[in-house]
Amino acid sequence: MRPWLRQHRQALLSALRRLGVLNAVVIGVALSLPAGGYALLESLRGVAGRFALDAQISVFLRPEAKRAEAEALGKALRADRRIEKVRFVPREDAIRELSAVQGLPELIAALGQNPLPDAYVVTAQETQVQTLSTDLAKLPGVAYVQADAVWARRLAALAGIARLALWLLSALLGIGLVAVTFNTIRLQILTQREEIEVSKLIGATDGFIRRPFYYLGLLQGLAGGCVAIAIVASGLALLNREVRVLAESYGSRFRFSFVPFGDALAIVLFAGLLGWLGAQLSVSRHLRHIEPA
Amino acid sequence: MVSFSAVAKRYPGGDEALKSVSFSVESGELAFITGRSGAGKSTLLKLIPAIERPTSGSVIVHGQNVGALKRGAIPYLRRNIGLVFQDQKLLYDRSVFDNVVLPLAFSGHAPREAARRARAALDKVGLLAREKSNPIQLSGGEQQRVAIARAVVNRPALLIADEPTANLDAESATLILDVFLGFNQVGVTVLIATHDQALIERYGKRVLRLDQGKIA
Repeated sequence: MRPWLRQHRQALLSALRRLGVLNAVVIGVALSLPAGGYALLESLRGVAGRFALDAQISVFLRPEAKRAEAEALGKALRADRRIEKVRFVPREDAIRELSAVQGLPELIAALGQNPLPDAYVVTAQETQVQTLSTDLAKLPGVAYVQADAVWARRLAALAGIARLALWLLSALLGIGLVAVTFNTIRLQILTQREEIEVSKLIGATDGFIRRPFYYLGLLQGLAGGCVAIAIVASGLALLNREVRVLAESYGSRFRFSFVPFGDALAIVLFAGLLGWLGAQLSVSRHLRHIEPA
Repeated sequence: MVSFSAVAKRYPGGDEALKSVSFSVESGELAFITGRSGAGKSTLLKLIPAIERPTSGSVIVHGQNVGALKRGAIPYLRRNIGLVFQDQKLLYDRSVFDNVVLPLAFSGHAPREAARRARAALDKVGLLAREKSNPIQLSGGEQQRVAIARAVVNRPALLIADEPTANLDAESATLILDVFLGFNQVGVTVLIATHDQALIERYGKRVLRLDQGKIA
Protein backbone atom coordinates (compact mmCIF):
# COMPACT_ATOMS: atom_id res chain seq x y z
CA MET A 1 0.00 0.00 0.00
CA ARG A 2 1.27 3.47 -0.81
CA PRO A 3 2.20 5.63 2.20
CA TRP A 4 -0.30 8.38 1.38
CA LEU A 5 -3.07 5.84 0.94
CA ARG A 6 -2.15 4.25 4.25
CA GLN A 7 -2.23 7.65 5.94
CA HIS A 8 -5.68 8.36 4.54
CA ARG A 9 -6.91 4.99 5.73
CA GLN A 10 -5.44 5.69 9.14
CA ALA A 11 -7.14 9.09 9.29
CA LEU A 12 -10.43 7.54 8.19
CA LEU A 13 -10.24 4.82 10.84
CA SER A 14 -9.39 7.31 13.55
CA ALA A 15 -12.34 9.46 12.43
CA LEU A 16 -14.64 6.43 12.47
CA ARG A 17 -13.64 5.69 16.05
CA ARG A 18 -14.62 9.21 17.07
CA LEU A 19 -17.85 9.38 15.09
CA GLY A 20 -20.65 10.08 17.55
CA VAL A 21 -24.09 8.55 16.97
CA LEU A 22 -25.75 11.44 18.74
CA ASN A 23 -24.28 14.07 16.42
CA ALA A 24 -25.41 12.11 13.38
CA VAL A 25 -28.92 11.92 14.85
CA VAL A 26 -29.02 15.66 15.56
CA ILE A 27 -27.97 16.44 12.00
CA GLY A 28 -30.31 13.78 10.64
CA VAL A 29 -33.35 15.14 12.45
CA ALA A 30 -32.58 18.66 11.29
CA LEU A 31 -32.11 17.56 7.68
CA SER A 32 -35.20 15.34 7.68
CA LEU A 33 -37.42 18.45 7.86
CA PRO A 34 -36.52 19.89 4.45
CA ALA A 35 -36.00 16.44 2.94
CA GLY A 36 -39.44 15.30 4.14
CA GLY A 37 -41.05 18.54 3.04
CA TYR A 38 -39.51 18.05 -0.36
CA ALA A 39 -40.91 14.52 -0.63
CA LEU A 40 -44.43 15.67 0.34
CA LEU A 41 -44.33 18.58 -2.06
CA GLU A 42 -43.15 16.46 -4.96
CA SER A 43 -45.98 13.98 -4.34
CA LEU A 44 -48.58 16.75 -4.24
CA ARG A 45 -47.17 18.25 -7.40
CA GLY A 46 -47.92 14.97 -9.12
CA VAL A 47 -51.56 15.39 -8.13
CA ALA A 48 -51.71 19.06 -9.07
CA GLY A 49 -50.23 18.25 -12.44
CA ARG A 50 -53.29 16.16 -13.25
CA PHE A 51 -55.48 19.26 -13.09
CA ALA A 52 -55.81 20.98 -16.40
CA LEU A 53 -53.40 23.82 -16.60
CA ASP A 54 -54.68 24.77 -20.04
CA ALA A 55 -57.15 27.60 -20.10
CA GLN A 56 -60.42 25.72 -19.75
CA ILE A 57 -63.55 27.46 -18.56
CA SER A 58 -66.71 25.63 -17.56
CA VAL A 59 -69.89 27.58 -18.26
CA PHE A 60 -72.93 26.20 -16.42
CA LEU A 61 -76.40 27.14 -17.58
CA ARG A 62 -79.35 27.79 -15.36
CA PRO A 63 -81.02 24.43 -14.61
CA GLU A 64 -84.35 25.66 -15.97
CA ALA A 65 -82.80 26.84 -19.25
CA LYS A 66 -84.27 25.29 -22.39
CA ARG A 67 -82.20 23.50 -25.01
CA ALA A 68 -82.92 26.34 -27.48
CA GLU A 69 -81.46 28.82 -25.04
CA ALA A 70 -78.43 26.62 -24.76
CA GLU A 71 -78.00 26.52 -28.50
CA ALA A 72 -78.24 30.30 -28.72
CA LEU A 73 -75.54 30.59 -26.10
CA GLY A 74 -73.42 28.12 -28.08
CA LYS A 75 -73.63 30.37 -31.10
CA ALA A 76 -72.57 33.37 -29.08
CA LEU A 77 -69.63 31.45 -27.69
CA ARG A 78 -68.48 30.27 -31.10
CA ALA A 79 -68.65 33.83 -32.33
CA ASP A 80 -66.31 35.06 -29.60
CA ARG A 81 -62.80 35.41 -30.99
CA ARG A 82 -61.14 34.86 -27.66
CA ILE A 83 -62.46 31.34 -27.57
CA GLU A 84 -60.62 28.63 -29.43
CA LYS A 85 -62.76 25.58 -28.77
CA VAL A 86 -66.29 25.00 -27.57
CA ARG A 87 -67.64 21.68 -26.31
CA PHE A 88 -71.25 21.21 -25.27
CA VAL A 89 -71.90 18.87 -22.35
CA PRO A 90 -75.63 18.08 -22.15
CA ARG A 91 -77.03 17.37 -18.68
CA GLU A 92 -77.65 13.71 -19.65
CA ASP A 93 -73.98 13.20 -20.48
CA ALA A 94 -72.94 14.92 -17.30
CA ILE A 95 -75.03 12.65 -15.09
CA ARG A 96 -73.69 9.61 -16.93
CA GLU A 97 -70.12 10.73 -16.28
CA LEU A 98 -70.91 11.28 -12.66
CA SER A 99 -72.49 7.84 -12.39
CA ALA A 100 -69.18 6.30 -13.34
CA VAL A 101 -67.64 7.63 -10.11
CA GLN A 102 -67.64 5.03 -7.39
CA GLY A 103 -70.37 5.35 -4.79
CA LEU A 104 -72.34 7.99 -6.61
CA PRO A 105 -74.92 5.95 -8.63
CA GLU A 106 -76.85 5.15 -5.43
CA LEU A 107 -76.87 8.82 -4.54
CA ILE A 108 -78.02 9.85 -8.00
CA ALA A 109 -80.74 7.22 -7.99
CA ALA A 110 -81.94 8.60 -4.66
CA LEU A 111 -82.24 12.06 -6.17
CA GLY A 112 -84.87 10.85 -8.62
CA GLN A 113 -84.32 13.54 -11.21
CA ASN A 114 -81.16 14.90 -12.84
CA PRO A 115 -80.01 17.93 -10.84
CA LEU A 116 -77.26 18.85 -13.29
CA PRO A 117 -77.47 21.74 -15.77
CA ASP A 118 -76.29 21.81 -19.35
CA ALA A 119 -72.81 23.15 -19.67
CA TYR A 120 -70.22 24.34 -22.12
CA VAL A 121 -66.54 23.66 -21.72
CA VAL A 122 -64.62 26.30 -23.63
CA THR A 123 -60.91 26.58 -24.22
CA ALA A 124 -59.84 30.19 -24.19
CA GLN A 125 -56.68 31.93 -25.25
CA GLU A 126 -54.21 31.69 -22.39
CA THR A 127 -54.13 35.40 -21.52
CA GLN A 128 -57.89 35.98 -21.69
CA VAL A 129 -59.14 33.52 -19.08
CA GLN A 130 -59.80 36.02 -16.32
CA THR A 131 -61.64 38.69 -18.37
CA LEU A 132 -63.41 36.14 -20.50
CA SER A 133 -64.90 34.34 -17.52
CA THR A 134 -66.25 37.64 -16.16
CA ASP A 135 -67.79 38.41 -19.56
CA LEU A 136 -69.27 34.93 -19.93
CA ALA A 137 -70.97 35.19 -16.56
CA LYS A 138 -73.02 38.12 -17.92
CA LEU A 139 -74.40 36.22 -20.91
CA PRO A 140 -78.11 35.31 -20.74
CA GLY A 141 -78.92 31.85 -19.38
CA VAL A 142 -75.53 31.46 -17.66
CA ALA A 143 -75.68 30.51 -13.99
CA TYR A 144 -72.07 30.03 -13.07
CA VAL A 145 -68.65 30.22 -14.68
CA GLN A 146 -65.70 28.29 -13.34
CA ALA A 147 -62.20 28.78 -14.61
CA ASP A 148 -60.20 25.66 -13.64
CA ALA A 149 -56.99 27.28 -14.81
CA VAL A 150 -57.30 29.95 -12.14
CA TRP A 151 -57.42 27.31 -9.48
CA ALA A 152 -54.58 25.42 -11.04
CA ARG A 153 -52.53 28.60 -11.07
CA ARG A 154 -53.34 29.34 -7.47
CA LEU A 155 -52.28 25.83 -6.54
CA ALA A 156 -49.08 26.21 -8.52
CA ALA A 157 -48.38 29.54 -6.80
CA LEU A 158 -48.96 27.96 -3.40
CA ALA A 159 -46.63 25.13 -4.28
CA GLY A 160 -44.08 27.71 -5.39
CA ILE A 161 -44.28 29.46 -2.04
CA ALA A 162 -43.96 26.16 -0.21
CA ARG A 163 -40.94 25.27 -2.31
CA LEU A 164 -39.30 28.61 -1.57
CA ALA A 165 -39.98 28.12 2.14
CA LEU A 166 -38.34 24.72 1.90
CA TRP A 167 -35.29 26.21 0.25
CA LEU A 168 -35.00 28.78 3.02
CA LEU A 169 -35.39 26.06 5.63
CA SER A 170 -32.74 23.97 3.89
CA ALA A 171 -30.35 26.90 3.79
CA LEU A 172 -30.87 27.62 7.49
CA LEU A 173 -30.46 23.99 8.49
CA GLY A 174 -27.44 23.72 6.20
CA ILE A 175 -25.83 26.57 8.13
CA GLY A 176 -26.86 24.75 11.30
CA LEU A 177 -25.12 21.61 10.08
CA VAL A 178 -21.92 23.53 9.41
CA ALA A 179 -22.14 25.07 12.89
CA VAL A 180 -22.76 21.71 14.59
CA THR A 181 -19.76 20.21 12.81
CA PHE A 182 -17.66 23.27 13.58
CA ASN A 183 -18.38 22.83 17.26
CA THR A 184 -17.92 19.05 17.29
CA ILE A 185 -14.52 19.42 15.67
CA ARG A 186 -13.60 22.21 18.07
CA LEU A 187 -14.38 19.98 21.06
CA GLN A 188 -12.54 17.10 19.45
CA ILE A 189 -9.47 19.30 18.92
CA LEU A 190 -9.60 20.41 22.55
CA THR A 191 -9.84 16.78 23.71
CA GLN A 192 -6.89 15.82 21.56
CA ARG A 193 -4.87 18.92 22.30
CA GLU A 194 -2.06 17.03 23.99
CA GLU A 195 -1.83 14.45 21.23
CA ILE A 196 -1.74 17.23 18.64
CA GLU A 197 1.01 19.10 20.49
CA VAL A 198 3.14 16.01 20.93
CA SER A 199 2.56 14.94 17.33
CA LYS A 200 3.70 18.33 16.05
CA LEU A 201 6.79 18.11 18.23
CA ILE A 202 7.85 14.77 16.87
CA GLY A 203 7.36 15.39 13.19
CA ALA A 204 3.70 15.20 12.18
CA THR A 205 2.82 17.43 9.24
CA ASP A 206 -0.17 19.78 9.45
CA GLY A 207 -1.87 17.61 6.86
CA PHE A 208 -1.48 14.51 8.99
CA ILE A 209 -3.00 16.26 11.99
CA ARG A 210 -5.86 17.84 10.07
CA ARG A 211 -6.88 14.83 8.01
CA PRO A 212 -8.78 12.88 10.71
CA PHE A 213 -10.82 15.97 11.51
CA TYR A 214 -11.77 16.48 7.87
CA TYR A 215 -12.84 12.87 7.69
CA LEU A 216 -14.77 13.23 10.93
CA GLY A 217 -16.70 16.23 9.56
CA LEU A 218 -17.37 14.45 6.28
CA LEU A 219 -18.49 11.20 7.91
CA GLN A 220 -20.67 13.01 10.40
CA GLY A 221 -22.39 14.86 7.56
CA LEU A 222 -22.84 11.67 5.54
CA ALA A 223 -24.17 9.79 8.56
CA GLY A 224 -26.55 12.68 9.32
CA GLY A 225 -27.75 12.62 5.71
CA CYS A 226 -28.40 8.87 5.94
CA VAL A 227 -30.30 9.32 9.20
CA ALA A 228 -32.41 12.04 7.55
CA ILE A 229 -33.25 9.78 4.61
CA ALA A 230 -34.13 6.96 7.00
CA ILE A 231 -36.40 9.28 9.01
CA VAL A 232 -38.15 10.52 5.86
CA ALA A 233 -38.56 6.99 4.51
CA SER A 234 -40.07 5.61 7.68
CA GLY A 235 -42.19 8.75 8.18
CA LEU A 236 -43.63 8.45 4.69
CA ALA A 237 -44.22 4.73 5.13
CA LEU A 238 -46.24 5.46 8.28
CA LEU A 239 -48.15 8.27 6.58
CA ASN A 240 -48.92 6.12 3.56
CA ARG A 241 -50.60 3.46 5.70
CA GLU A 242 -53.20 6.07 6.69
CA VAL A 243 -53.24 7.86 3.35
CA ARG A 244 -54.00 4.59 1.56
CA VAL A 245 -57.20 4.11 3.56
CA LEU A 246 -58.28 7.69 2.94
CA ALA A 247 -57.36 7.66 -0.76
CA GLU A 248 -59.15 4.37 -1.38
CA SER A 249 -62.34 5.79 0.07
CA TYR A 250 -62.12 8.35 -2.71
CA GLY A 251 -61.29 5.65 -5.24
CA SER A 252 -57.79 7.07 -5.62
CA ARG A 253 -54.49 5.26 -5.66
CA PHE A 254 -52.65 8.27 -4.30
CA ARG A 255 -49.56 7.63 -2.15
CA PHE A 256 -46.77 9.89 -0.97
CA SER A 257 -43.86 8.78 -3.08
CA PHE A 258 -40.39 8.62 -1.57
CA VAL A 259 -37.62 10.97 -2.67
CA PRO A 260 -36.12 9.56 -5.89
CA PHE A 261 -32.85 7.69 -5.38
CA GLY A 262 -30.80 10.37 -7.15
CA ASP A 263 -32.21 13.10 -4.92
CA ALA A 264 -31.69 11.03 -1.78
CA LEU A 265 -28.08 10.46 -2.79
CA ALA A 266 -27.68 14.18 -3.46
CA ILE A 267 -29.03 15.00 0.01
CA VAL A 268 -26.57 12.61 1.66
CA LEU A 269 -23.62 13.86 -0.38
CA PHE A 270 -24.52 17.48 0.22
CA ALA A 271 -24.73 16.83 3.97
CA GLY A 272 -21.28 15.26 3.76
CA LEU A 273 -19.97 18.28 1.90
CA LEU A 274 -21.36 20.66 4.52
CA GLY A 275 -19.82 18.54 7.28
CA TRP A 276 -16.47 18.69 5.56
CA LEU A 277 -16.85 22.47 5.22
CA GLY A 278 -17.61 22.81 8.94
CA ALA A 279 -14.55 20.72 9.76
CA GLN A 280 -12.41 22.78 7.41
CA LEU A 281 -13.51 26.04 9.06
CA SER A 282 -13.07 24.66 12.55
CA VAL A 283 -9.67 23.12 11.91
CA SER A 284 -8.19 26.22 10.32
CA ARG A 285 -9.58 28.32 13.16
CA HIS A 286 -8.57 26.14 16.10
CA LEU A 287 -5.46 24.22 15.11
CA ARG A 288 -3.52 27.38 14.49
CA HIS A 289 -3.52 28.12 18.21
CA ILE A 290 -1.97 24.81 19.14
CA GLU A 291 1.75 25.29 18.74
CA PRO A 292 4.25 23.33 20.78
CA ALA A 293 6.58 25.45 22.88
CA MET B 1 25.99 18.44 12.63
CA VAL B 2 24.80 21.36 14.79
CA SER B 3 26.31 24.78 14.51
CA PHE B 4 25.29 28.01 16.26
CA SER B 5 26.81 31.30 15.27
CA ALA B 6 26.10 34.50 17.20
CA VAL B 7 22.63 33.27 18.09
CA ALA B 8 20.45 35.58 20.16
CA LYS B 9 16.94 34.85 21.33
CA ARG B 10 14.75 37.49 22.84
CA TYR B 11 11.22 36.56 23.87
CA PRO B 12 8.36 38.98 23.35
CA GLY B 13 8.40 41.28 26.36
CA GLY B 14 12.14 41.84 26.19
CA ASP B 15 13.31 38.77 28.11
CA GLU B 16 16.68 37.93 26.57
CA ALA B 17 17.29 34.19 26.92
CA LEU B 18 20.39 33.96 24.73
CA LYS B 19 22.72 36.89 24.00
CA SER B 20 25.30 35.55 21.61
CA VAL B 21 25.87 31.84 21.44
CA SER B 22 28.37 30.25 19.09
CA PHE B 23 29.48 26.65 19.12
CA SER B 24 29.36 23.60 16.96
CA VAL B 25 28.92 19.93 17.66
CA GLU B 26 30.43 17.45 15.25
CA SER B 27 28.71 14.36 13.96
CA GLY B 28 29.04 11.48 16.41
CA GLU B 29 29.84 13.73 19.37
CA LEU B 30 28.15 13.65 22.78
CA ALA B 31 28.03 16.97 24.58
CA PHE B 32 26.42 18.25 27.77
CA ILE B 33 24.92 21.70 27.99
CA THR B 34 24.93 22.97 31.50
CA GLY B 35 24.28 26.09 33.51
CA ARG B 36 21.98 27.31 36.26
CA SER B 37 18.26 27.17 35.70
CA GLY B 38 17.24 30.11 33.60
CA ALA B 39 20.62 30.21 31.89
CA GLY B 40 18.98 29.45 28.55
CA LYS B 41 19.58 25.70 28.19
CA SER B 42 16.01 24.90 27.19
CA THR B 43 15.84 27.82 24.79
CA LEU B 44 19.08 26.70 23.12
CA LEU B 45 17.75 23.18 22.62
CA LYS B 46 14.38 24.43 21.30
CA LEU B 47 16.14 26.33 18.54
CA ILE B 48 17.49 23.12 17.03
CA PRO B 49 14.15 21.48 16.04
CA ALA B 50 12.71 24.95 15.26
CA ILE B 51 10.33 24.94 18.22
CA GLU B 52 11.67 28.46 18.70
CA ARG B 53 13.27 30.68 16.08
CA PRO B 54 16.41 32.73 16.79
CA THR B 55 16.03 36.51 16.96
CA SER B 56 19.38 36.85 15.24
CA GLY B 57 22.31 34.67 14.24
CA SER B 58 22.04 31.33 12.52
CA VAL B 59 21.34 27.79 13.65
CA ILE B 60 22.54 25.17 11.18
CA VAL B 61 21.35 21.56 11.59
CA HIS B 62 22.17 18.84 9.05
CA GLY B 63 23.42 21.68 6.82
CA GLN B 64 20.04 23.48 6.91
CA ASN B 65 19.51 26.95 8.30
CA VAL B 66 16.77 26.05 10.73
CA GLY B 67 15.83 29.62 11.57
CA ALA B 68 14.87 30.27 7.95
CA LEU B 69 12.97 27.01 7.35
CA LYS B 70 9.48 27.26 5.93
CA ARG B 71 6.69 26.10 8.21
CA GLY B 72 5.92 23.15 5.98
CA ALA B 73 9.50 21.86 6.11
CA ILE B 74 9.72 21.74 9.91
CA PRO B 75 8.06 18.32 10.40
CA TYR B 76 10.65 16.72 8.12
CA LEU B 77 13.46 18.38 10.08
CA ARG B 78 11.98 17.05 13.33
CA ARG B 79 11.79 13.50 12.01
CA ASN B 80 15.58 13.58 11.78
CA ILE B 81 15.99 14.77 15.35
CA GLY B 82 15.12 12.62 18.35
CA LEU B 83 13.61 14.79 21.08
CA VAL B 84 13.49 13.83 24.75
CA PHE B 85 11.79 16.19 27.15
CA GLN B 86 12.03 16.65 30.87
CA ASP B 87 8.33 15.83 31.21
CA GLN B 88 8.44 12.93 28.70
CA LYS B 89 5.34 14.14 26.85
CA LEU B 90 3.97 10.63 26.54
CA LEU B 91 0.32 10.05 25.68
CA TYR B 92 -1.48 8.28 28.50
CA ASP B 93 -4.48 7.21 26.46
CA ARG B 94 -2.52 4.45 24.74
CA SER B 95 0.00 1.72 25.37
CA VAL B 96 3.76 2.04 25.55
CA PHE B 97 4.00 0.40 22.15
CA ASP B 98 1.52 2.83 20.57
CA ASN B 99 3.49 5.76 22.00
CA VAL B 100 6.69 4.52 20.48
CA VAL B 101 5.18 3.67 17.09
CA LEU B 102 3.51 7.09 16.76
CA PRO B 103 6.28 8.91 14.82
CA LEU B 104 6.32 6.13 12.23
CA ALA B 105 2.65 6.74 11.46
CA PHE B 106 3.53 10.29 10.35
CA SER B 107 5.91 8.99 7.73
CA GLY B 108 3.47 6.32 6.53
CA HIS B 109 5.52 3.22 7.35
CA ALA B 110 3.92 -0.14 6.70
CA PRO B 111 2.42 -1.45 9.96
CA ARG B 112 4.62 -4.52 10.12
CA GLU B 113 7.82 -2.56 9.52
CA ALA B 114 6.69 0.09 12.02
CA ALA B 115 5.96 -2.54 14.66
CA ARG B 116 9.31 -4.18 14.10
CA ARG B 117 11.11 -0.87 14.51
CA ALA B 118 9.12 0.12 17.57
CA ARG B 119 9.94 -3.19 19.27
CA ALA B 120 13.61 -2.79 18.36
CA ALA B 121 13.60 0.67 19.93
CA LEU B 122 11.85 -0.61 23.07
CA ASP B 123 14.35 -3.44 23.25
CA LYS B 124 17.25 -0.99 23.17
CA VAL B 125 15.91 0.85 26.22
CA GLY B 126 15.17 -2.47 27.95
CA LEU B 127 11.37 -2.13 28.02
CA LEU B 128 10.23 -4.62 25.41
CA ALA B 129 8.43 -6.61 28.11
CA ARG B 130 6.28 -3.57 28.98
CA GLU B 131 5.04 -2.75 25.47
CA LYS B 132 1.40 -3.44 26.36
CA SER B 133 1.43 -1.41 29.58
CA ASN B 134 0.05 2.06 29.86
CA PRO B 135 2.84 4.56 30.48
CA ILE B 136 1.12 5.61 33.70
CA GLN B 137 1.92 2.18 35.18
CA LEU B 138 5.63 2.76 34.66
CA SER B 139 8.11 4.47 36.98
CA GLY B 140 9.50 7.90 36.09
CA GLY B 141 12.73 6.39 34.85
CA GLU B 142 10.91 3.82 32.75
CA GLN B 143 8.66 6.51 31.26
CA GLN B 144 11.75 8.48 30.31
CA ARG B 145 13.13 5.40 28.58
CA VAL B 146 9.87 5.01 26.64
CA ALA B 147 10.30 8.63 25.57
CA ILE B 148 13.83 7.82 24.41
CA ALA B 149 12.55 4.81 22.46
CA ARG B 150 10.01 7.09 20.76
CA ALA B 151 12.79 9.59 20.00
CA VAL B 152 15.03 7.03 18.31
CA VAL B 153 12.38 5.00 16.48
CA ASN B 154 12.89 7.09 13.33
CA ARG B 155 16.66 6.38 13.63
CA PRO B 156 17.63 10.04 13.80
CA ALA B 157 21.27 11.09 13.46
CA LEU B 158 20.80 13.61 16.26
CA LEU B 159 19.34 13.09 19.72
CA ILE B 160 18.47 16.04 21.95
CA ALA B 161 17.46 15.73 25.60
CA ASP B 162 16.34 18.55 27.87
CA GLU B 163 16.98 17.66 31.54
CA PRO B 164 16.12 14.01 30.97
CA THR B 165 17.15 13.02 34.49
CA ALA B 166 15.79 16.01 36.40
CA ASN B 167 13.09 14.14 38.30
CA LEU B 168 14.86 10.82 38.67
CA ASP B 169 16.84 9.15 41.43
CA ALA B 170 20.56 8.64 40.87
CA GLU B 171 20.21 5.02 39.82
CA SER B 172 17.52 5.72 37.18
CA ALA B 173 19.48 8.74 35.99
CA THR B 174 22.57 6.61 35.42
CA LEU B 175 20.48 4.10 33.52
CA ILE B 176 19.10 6.84 31.27
CA LEU B 177 22.53 8.28 30.56
CA ASP B 178 23.85 4.82 29.76
CA VAL B 179 21.12 4.49 27.14
CA PHE B 180 22.20 7.79 25.58
CA LEU B 181 25.81 6.68 25.70
CA GLY B 182 24.85 3.47 23.93
CA PHE B 183 23.27 5.40 21.06
CA ASN B 184 26.28 7.69 20.88
CA GLN B 185 28.57 4.69 20.58
CA VAL B 186 26.74 3.60 17.42
CA GLY B 187 27.26 7.02 15.85
CA VAL B 188 24.31 9.12 16.99
CA THR B 189 25.14 12.72 17.89
CA VAL B 190 23.77 13.45 21.35
CA LEU B 191 23.12 16.78 23.08
CA ILE B 192 21.99 16.68 26.70
CA ALA B 193 21.04 19.68 28.80
CA THR B 194 21.44 19.07 32.52
CA HIS B 195 22.38 20.89 35.69
CA ASP B 196 23.51 17.67 37.39
CA GLN B 197 27.21 18.41 37.86
CA ALA B 198 28.06 15.02 39.36
CA LEU B 199 26.62 13.22 36.36
CA ILE B 200 28.57 15.36 33.90
CA GLU B 201 31.84 14.76 35.69
CA ARG B 202 31.35 11.02 35.76
CA TYR B 203 31.19 10.79 31.98
CA GLY B 204 34.07 13.09 31.10
CA LYS B 205 32.48 14.32 27.86
CA ARG B 206 32.47 17.77 26.29
CA VAL B 207 30.63 20.40 28.32
CA LEU B 208 29.12 23.63 26.99
CA ARG B 209 28.55 25.92 29.96
CA LEU B 210 25.85 28.56 29.54
CA ASP B 211 26.05 31.63 31.72
CA GLN B 212 23.83 34.69 31.32
CA GLY B 213 22.92 33.83 27.76
CA LYS B 214 26.47 33.08 26.59
CA ILE B 215 28.72 30.06 26.37
CA ALA B 216 31.25 30.59 29.14
